[in-house]
Amino acid sequence: MNNKEKEIKYWKTNIRYVLILLFLWFIVSFGAGIIFKDFLNNFKIGGFKLGFWFAQQGSIFLFVVIIFIYVYLMNKLDKKYGYDK
Amino acid sequence: MDMINNLNLFMDLNVQEWTYIIVGFTFSIYIAIAIWSRVQTTKDFYVAGAGVSPLANGMATAADWMSAASFISMAGIISFAGYDGAVYLMGWTGGYVLLALLLAPYLRKFGKFTVPDFIGDRYYSNAARIVAVICALLVSFTYVAGQMRGVGIVFSRFLEVEINTGVIIGMIIVLFYAVLGGMKGITYTQVAQYCVLIFAFMVPAIFISIQMTGNPIPQLGFGSEAIEGGYLLDKLDGLNEQLGFNKYTDNTKPLIDVFAITFALMVGTAGLPHVIIRFFTVKKVSDARKSAGIALLLIAVLYTTAPAVAVFARTNMIETLSNVEYSKVPSWFKNWETTGLISFDDKNLDGKIQYLADKSSNELIVDRDIMVLANPEIAKLPNWVIALVAAGGLAAALSTAAGLLLVISSSISHDLLKKVIMPSISEKEELIAARLSAFAAVCVAGYFGINPPGFVAATVALAFGLAAASFFPAIILGIFYKKMNKEGAVSGMIAGTLLMLYYMIKYKLGWFDDELPSSDQWWFKISPEGFGTIAMFVNFIVSIIVMKFTAEPPNEIKKIVERIRIPSE
Repeated sequence: MNNKEKEIKYWKTNIRYVLILLFLWFIVSFGAGIIFKDFLNNFKIGGFKLGFWFAQQGSIFLFVVIIFIYVYLMNKLDKKYGYDK
Repeated sequence: MDMINNLNLFMDLNVQEWTYIIVGFTFSIYIAIAIWSRVQTTKDFYVAGAGVSPLANGMATAADWMSAASFISMAGIISFAGYDGAVYLMGWTGGYVLLALLLAPYLRKFGKFTVPDFIGDRYYSNAARIVAVICALLVSFTYVAGQMRGVGIVFSRFLEVEINTGVIIGMIIVLFYAVLGGMKGITYTQVAQYCVLIFAFMVPAIFISIQMTGNPIPQLGFGSEAIEGGYLLDKLDGLNEQLGFNKYTDNTKPLIDVFAITFALMVGTAGLPHVIIRFFTVKKVSDARKSAGIALLLIAVLYTTAPAVAVFARTNMIETLSNVEYSKVPSWFKNWETTGLISFDDKNLDGKIQYLADKSSNELIVDRDIMVLANPEIAKLPNWVIALVAAGGLAAALSTAAGLLLVISSSISHDLLKKVIMPSISEKEELIAARLSAFAAVCVAGYFGINPPGFVAATVALAFGLAAASFFPAIILGIFYKKMNKEGAVSGMIAGTLLMLYYMIKYKLGWFDDELPSSDQWWFKISPEGFGTIAMFVNFIVSIIVMKFTAEPPNEIKKIVERIRIPSE
């Protein structure tokens, strides 16, 4: 694999990670917290209606998780392609 | 014996004495850091020598980000807005996902000093650079005025000095570390300010959570049963309905507007120059990703506590004041009445406070800022906790103000002077120019703090809308769309910015009509706060259409784009 091909392959994998994680980002906030809020409010965890919980708390926790998954995946990818130096 | 007496003396201090001690202590730390972190080079001044560790940068970013609005106003806004408050909670955190995945690593790899640097170089044009400078200045000035005002309000309430004196004290402190230490001074004071503000926010929240639910973790107390039984949120839903308000957990705004505002705030967050430049200060690309994660984790501590504080404070307020005789209100009510932040007008002359949704019979007017500032008093917490809140509010306002001032000063000394007007100046001269423009920027910010423009309420929404409509698309296209050219990017930024300004002036300020147009006339039912979403899409569309009809960017530019996509040299 020459340098050019390597760079293109690395970039494609990166874009795939980004798209999957942005999909999750959208689902936990705009999906669960806004679009499907009324439906999810039929369920409860503790004193929280589920849709309300996603909108005011759950989405924020999951945003943090999403970023750290990306950090983990990209550090592994950088190493695989030798871009970590 | 003596020691015990001394200790007792210490415990008896009043709020004002405690405030002098705690604020004085935190301010001396900031000044000590400023002296320790003096700088000699422009690289140190603009990006702290690009040697900041991911943890320090994460803390600094969190303090930079959380402003007087996050600390003082947000919980109060949520307690009045209920579910709708989610726009701020999600909007001001979700942007970090965009930053970490789409912007920070590439801008760090690009490795210059400012956002206009990237726009100017990537779009090989000084016109693009100047448009970016104008946007950066518009966004940062609208934002900084509110911070200086916040400093003044905290000083006037807790230390009983004039608001204007408070603003001037704040100016002198910021001046000291921004002019001496530039980004390096700002970074390490922000690290200290994060510690102060998060401690100050969490201590009262934990106390109140224990009082109301028995659970020391506010995030859990929020969804727990109240001490008297029954879930707290169900109880608040009930109280709200009794008084004629919407249920706390239901939306009042149309969901499409909730969607648009959340989106505009997220994208605006990712496009704010004072946030973006924080990622220029770390050593390498992987550190930029990591510090975005750390920053959001640290921000989330406050942002997941705020909605809990909102619920505690609202329940507490209704229970202490609703239908209570005015002659029997607690002392904090009288203290805050003098500041004008809370007022009672006995319309039916029964001597009791009626707090109702219906405006014609409601007798209680509460400023949202009280919910955080007076919360410790309402919950009868010790004096030192109340003083701590003052120090936290100051830390939040000063740290954000400093970050914004650096953007303003580097836009002038680096982007305009060095890159456009006088490229021949030496590094030493540029550094002097940077310090002078930081000085001038502090004075202008202070002026706006003392004489706030009449449209302060509109300014925060405007800052986010502008960042979403100008920078975000230009940067994203610059990284992910190799063929994007200068004609496309410049026309997109101009179209997005003008459209945003037009909508804001028409529907928020009402300057085009005899009176402010009502919300029925909003486009697609979207409020001015959410319109950044539309303006951003317009920017993307205009950029791409114009690009299709104009020349491709030169090959060197495509090489730059290929280079920033790869983390190593």
